[in-house]
Amino acid sequence: MKFSKSFLLASVVSTALLSTSAFAAGVHPETGEKLADDQTFTYRILDEHSSFDPQVNEDVSGSEIARNLFEGLYNQDNLGNLVPGVALSHTVSEDKMTYTFKLREDAKWSDGKPVTAGDFVFAWRRLSSPELASPYQWYAELMSVENADAIVKGEMAPEKLGITALDDHTLEVRLTKPLPYFAAMTTHSSTFPSPAWAIEAHGEAWTKPENIVSNGAYKLVKHVPQETAVMERNTNYWDNENTIIDKVETLVINNENIALTRYLAGETDRTETPAGQFPRLKKEYPDQAVVFPRLCSYYYTFNLSDTGPEVFKDVRVRKALAYAIDRRVITDNVIQEGQFPAYTFTPAVTAGFEVPEVEYAGWSQQERDAKAIELLEAVGYSKDNPLEFDMVYNTSEGHKKIAIAMSQMWKQKLGVKVNMSNMEWKTFLNERGNQNFELARGAWCGDYNEASTFLDLMDSESGYNDGKFASAEVDQLLSDAKSLTNPQANYTRIEEIMATEMPIIPIYHYTEAYMMNAQLKNWPIKNAEQNWYAKNLYKVAK
Amino acid sequence: MLSYILRRVAIAIPTLLLLIIISFLLMHAAPGGPFTSERPLPPAVLANIEAKYGLNNPIYVQIINYIGGIITDFDFGPSFKYKDRSVNDIIANGFPVTLTYGFLSFAVAVIVGGALGIAAALKQNSWLDYFAVGVSIGAQVLPNFVMAPILVLVFTLWLGWLPGGGWNGGQWNHLILPVIALSTSYMASVARLTRSSMLEVLHTNFIRTAMAKGLPYRVIIFKHALKPALLPVMSYLGPAFVSMITGSVIIDMYFSTGGIGQFYVNSALNRDYAVMMGITILIGGLTILFNLIVDILYAWVDPKIRY
Repeated sequence: MKFSKSFLLASVVSTALLSTSAFAAGVHPETGEKLADDQTFTYRILDEHSSFDPQVNEDVSGSEIARNLFEGLYNQDNLGNLVPGVALSHTVSEDKMTYTFKLREDAKWSDGKPVTAGDFVFAWRRLSSPELASPYQWYAELMSVENADAIVKGEMAPEKLGITALDDHTLEVRLTKPLPYFAAMTTHSSTFPSPAWAIEAHGEAWTKPENIVSNGAYKLVKHVPQETAVMERNTNYWDNENTIIDKVETLVINNENIALTRYLAGETDRTETPAGQFPRLKKEYPDQAVVFPRLCSYYYTFNLSDTGPEVFKDVRVRKALAYAIDRRVITDNVIQEGQFPAYTFTPAVTAGFEVPEVEYAGWSQQERDAKAIELLEAVGYSKDNPLEFDMVYNTSEGHKKIAIAMSQMWKQKLGVKVNMSNMEWKTFLNERGNQNFELARGAWCGDYNEASTFLDLMDSESGYNDGKFASAEVDQLLSDAKSLTNPQANYTRIEEIMATEMPIIPIYHYTEAYMMNAQLKNWPIKNAEQNWYAKNLYKVAK
Repeated sequence: MLSYILRRVAIAIPTLLLLIIISFLLMHAAPGGPFTSERPLPPAVLANIEAKYGLNNPIYVQIINYIGGIITDFDFGPSFKYKDRSVNDIIANGFPVTLTYGFLSFAVAVIVGGALGIAAALKQNSWLDYFAVGVSIGAQVLPNFVMAPILVLVFTLWLGWLPGGGWNGGQWNHLILPVIALSTSYMASVARLTRSSMLEVLHTNFIRTAMAKGLPYRVIIFKHALKPALLPVMSYLGPAFVSMITGSVIIDMYFSTGGIGQFYVNSALNRDYAVMMGITILIGGLTILFNLIVDILYAWVDPKIRY
């Protein structure tokens, strides 16, 4: 991928604009809006993140922080498109298996050292090394970097990883298969560079505010576990001049209602809306309550393995249960945050993915209900001879409401008797992972913005395929898709197979609802992965 | 007395050991593990992580290594969830926080609750008594998870006087709401206990005798009645003190104080074994210690008690 001349032109123009010292006048250089004097962005996080170390972190709030403290090869713009980060551009070899990245020469670490290709080599070796034992080691395998599998298994030294610094500003990565979306995967925080000298000097304590060295727009100045992390401008950052937000603060607030109260009291600029409150908040604060689609799917999975109930092996039963759910009632009356009823697994918002028109999506709910009754009667179940099974979800008020709605729909329309139960999260994962269930809740958020991040779950070999659905055709389609430039046809076919085989019941595709300070601008609402960068935000004056 | 204390300390060691072993076994018996996640790790990755933390050893080896680490290096192990920090770090950061707000809450509960209880007993069946009983019943039925959001709503959102959470190094204005929320129900218990035991003492023969002798009322109350009346309150205060200074998950959760109460509950949910063990040992040790202190205080308050 080459970045267009217009992009370069735009950056030259914006740099030129800057020299007129627009910020000094407190005006946004492009939009001309008057900027607020205090450019601090404070946001609520639900729970303390696991680590500041980009290779070690494993949670969403931690990667948000990592994206502000560090910078990888590429960033995303407000639409989720790739824009240069440390890499300016890259070339791909003929066989699409070797990527050569050209790194910018003005990138610096917060201690003033230049960011080099060697820092990426160090970080990626670190990510895959059994010694660090990062929970994201598998990401190196997922990216199909040469030898990653063997290194993770401990059969090869991390130095053998397919990544080489050709010189300080040229990075070569060798893959084992021609992954068309490889470049997009470099926006993930586990691929960010890390400073070898700081890690060698301080060991695991290198992420403490007094030791940390980072190459992003901000540096960590304060961290009080379970309370706050404060980040301030990294004056050595190459684009520091174009950065408007001076300070980024996280506040850990576990309770969502308290978080809302504190937001309303002006303590934070962003918080999640508590379940069920979005319609009211939207009415009271129309300029602050925002909602946008997420790259996540909510579904229930049938246990199709040997331990699963015999009756679910009959596709007619699976279809009847999937048809009889009125998804509109669940999204519009139960959760009420503008979620999208789902008939396919992959969300419509996924980049480059066109939602296939599966048959039952086009029917009216009456038609679906009629079909469901017909199918179940054909198997021999009716209100007089009811189908009975167990349904399990992880403990949460929200999941409970949905489960009750579903079971009532089945009961009223089909006479089905459902035994509902809930389990604490880790127990639930354990039971579901060991196929100790009949019908279980599931949810999946994309690791990257491409349909395979969802559909790979249907691979019979996937460790995430808890329902143990197995289809040779799906496996083949998935494996072929990895080397196709345009795999949409394969994805369409897989979704069609899923609508015919119904291994899972898609319920809805997620949205995210926030209360967001109306002064805060440029939030990437249209970025489905919600990869936001504080350096792109700004606050306007009241 | 000294030999009694030594004996109690000697018993404390096997008690703590037993606590460690039982907690360790119970923890490992819970389904799932620290690295069970929605995205199950590939077996090779899981093996690497388990090897790093020694979780691949048989459980008795893990227990021995764990206890060994504590004895030789005072090392309570790493956190599996918060990978930048050890259990020692977590406790060193969180315990001073809970100690501060716990101690203050304890002081408030004892002083306010004690005063209310004594006043109510002295003026039994007066408006003061009804007021004190009313307040303490009201405070008792208002659990702190109801108090906390109400306090934040009133003092942060409506009045704008106090911050709705955070710790800020223990600055006074961050302390007020957590202390009120935590101390209220303890205060109510202290008030009720003090009142009833004071009433009981006031009706005993030796107080009647003192009255008959014409001793000044002040002397009767503070010199003769108060000490025996405090005995049942004290046995309540020992464990209450420990549970207050080791934090409350509700307070930590609602006020984002960063105390260890929150870590304790989360570590159980996350199966963060070492953190859970560390805090269990801390709470266990403190409970043993304060039970001992209460017993010693008993002997001081009540001369009839001899060890």
